[in-house]
Amino acid sequence: MAVSQRSGKSSRRRQMEAAMTYPIDWLEERSGLVGGIRYFLFRKVPGDTNWMQTLGSATLTAFIVQAITGVILAMYYKPDPNSAYQSIQHITNDVTLGWLVRGMHKWGASLFIILMFFHMARVFLFGAYKYPRELNWIVGVILLATGMMEGFTGYLLPWDQTAYWATVVGINLNGTAPILGPFLAQFLRGGAEIGPDTLSRFYSMHMLLIPGGLIGLIGLHLYLVVRLGVTSPPWSKDAAGMEATTNGAGPATNGRTGLTRPAARGTWRRNGGDAE
Amino acid sequence: MEPEHRDEPHTPAPTLYPIGFAAGIACVLVGLIVSPRVIAPIGGAIAIVFAFLWVRDATREYRGAPAPVEPETRREAGLGDAPPIPAHHGEAAMPEPAPGEAFPRSRFLEASTLGFGAIIGGLVTVPVAVMALGPAFGKQGKHFVDLGPLTNFPEGEWRLATFFLDPGLGEVTRRTAYIRNNGTLGGKPSFTIISNRCAHLGCPVQPNGPVFDDQTKEVDTGGGERIKLIKMLPAGGFGCPCHGGQYDPEGNRTAGPPVRALDRYEYAIKNGHLILLKTFSVSHVDGSGKTATIHKYRLSGPGQHIDGWEQIFYPLQPPQ
Repeated sequence: MAVSQRSGKSSRRRQMEAAMTYPIDWLEERSGLVGGIRYFLFRKVPGDTNWMQTLGSATLTAFIVQAITGVILAMYYKPDPNSAYQSIQHITNDVTLGWLVRGMHKWGASLFIILMFFHMARVFLFGAYKYPRELNWIVGVILLATGMMEGFTGYLLPWDQTAYWATVVGINLNGTAPILGPFLAQFLRGGAEIGPDTLSRFYSMHMLLIPGGLIGLIGLHLYLVVRLGVTSPPWSKDAAGMEATTNGAGPATNGRTGLTRPAARGTWRRNGGDAE
Repeated sequence: MEPEHRDEPHTPAPTLYPIGFAAGIACVLVGLIVSPRVIAPIGGAIAIVFAFLWVRDATREYRGAPAPVEPETRREAGLGDAPPIPAHHGEAAMPEPAPGEAFPRSRFLEASTLGFGAIIGGLVTVPVAVMALGPAFGKQGKHFVDLGPLTNFPEGEWRLATFFLDPGLGEVTRRTAYIRNNGTLGGKPSFTIISNRCAHLGCPVQPNGPVFDDQTKEVDTGGGERIKLIKMLPAGGFGCPCHGGQYDPEGNRTAGPPVRALDRYEYAIKNGHLILLKTFSVSHVDGSGKTATIHKYRLSGPGQHIDGWEQIFYPLQPPQ
């Protein structure tokens, strides 16, 4: 039956398929990108993962929304004390769908921070920060701090009374840190007093400096996730380090397998030299 | 007839170094006439470099031939009998340096890449860091504000004064001070001038008492912006709207989170005008009015201790 179906494919259809896959093959042959994406997306995960383990992807999605809406907002925003507030009013009231994009950015900021905390709670409660994933926890903590810095610097930009005085308080809070606090506050203000430079400085940090760091750290975070694999929940019935024996597909496609999963990877073997 | 092959190297090998050397000398000669301080040294440097290269090239035979370096070879899969060697076995990818070669080219290239990288990185980083930090930590501009004739400040009364520290920068430099004329002390006018910056985290403190907006006086002292003087009566001192810090009329902390008293302005009297000078921090004030003893410290940021054991946390202040 199957044979007759296959032979039933017309030569035209085969040509069509070849034409459709040609660009993908072309790209793959020259870059290996398709295989890389396949490796990233179709990697094996423990059999008993659950919805809790989508919180990291949700955080990433919130960040991407922030990045896109932020780029669009920057097309209309003017980081100057005399026009910042007016430009925000312009975005909200005049620009087509400006109210929506600004709202996405404003509320998405809170969502991003909240999701980061949920994601962190999941990692903590699942024990997913343990060996060999400690480094990813550390990177995550830096990401949390960097995300909070985004919130702090972005809060000034509407340049209304709330933004101004919240930033005054925030900068002076930094100033109360021992020894280096006064210098940190002076750096944030761009001088002894809050002035026009403070706004443009916060704007630059908010949309260039800190997002650059965030993107790099997210890349490192994801690299470590792919390299080390996903932990299964603490209630998983599979013993830690257990090897899958069923179909010869390689060890450990399930279970709490942080110890053995990386060993199934070609990269690990290569780096490990003669470890096999 | 077969063409004659002449594969022996020329002796001496052709070299461009003498031409470079000559160009350097020419540059020196021209530079001595045109610009002895700039072009002549450049020409001298060119001449020295090419002279060195020329001498090195010419004396190569006497210094012995360079050690032969084995050309890099690569075994291709399928050509030989042996299977290809896995990446994690076999020899290192780089050819071994020839025996007797103390400082192989690969190490030289490695060191020069790192060295040039460091130089380029430094050249980029230094101006960037100076630009990012210089204005913030350099000398800050001093702003002296003329608040107008002393007759605007009746003895014993409070005035709420708003003014611009730097009218050129506009509204963002607007500041508020609470001013009381204490009369004269030893023949000199005495003022209490309190900054409205809360000593907790810098919010604007408000007078705990009536502010007579209908008794507002605008003064033009030529600063480009008018100064507003509003009569007020802070009988209950001052209070901060942000976190509830409370102060008495002298600026002493009476309740809430502030760590010290309110900052004050130094002042001067010039041509019968009241001039605000720089701000200073105050730990506390004993007494009141013109006979008060003000415990004065260098200006510190809000929330920073200036006395007591906690002052060890804030040993240094950036330039104000």
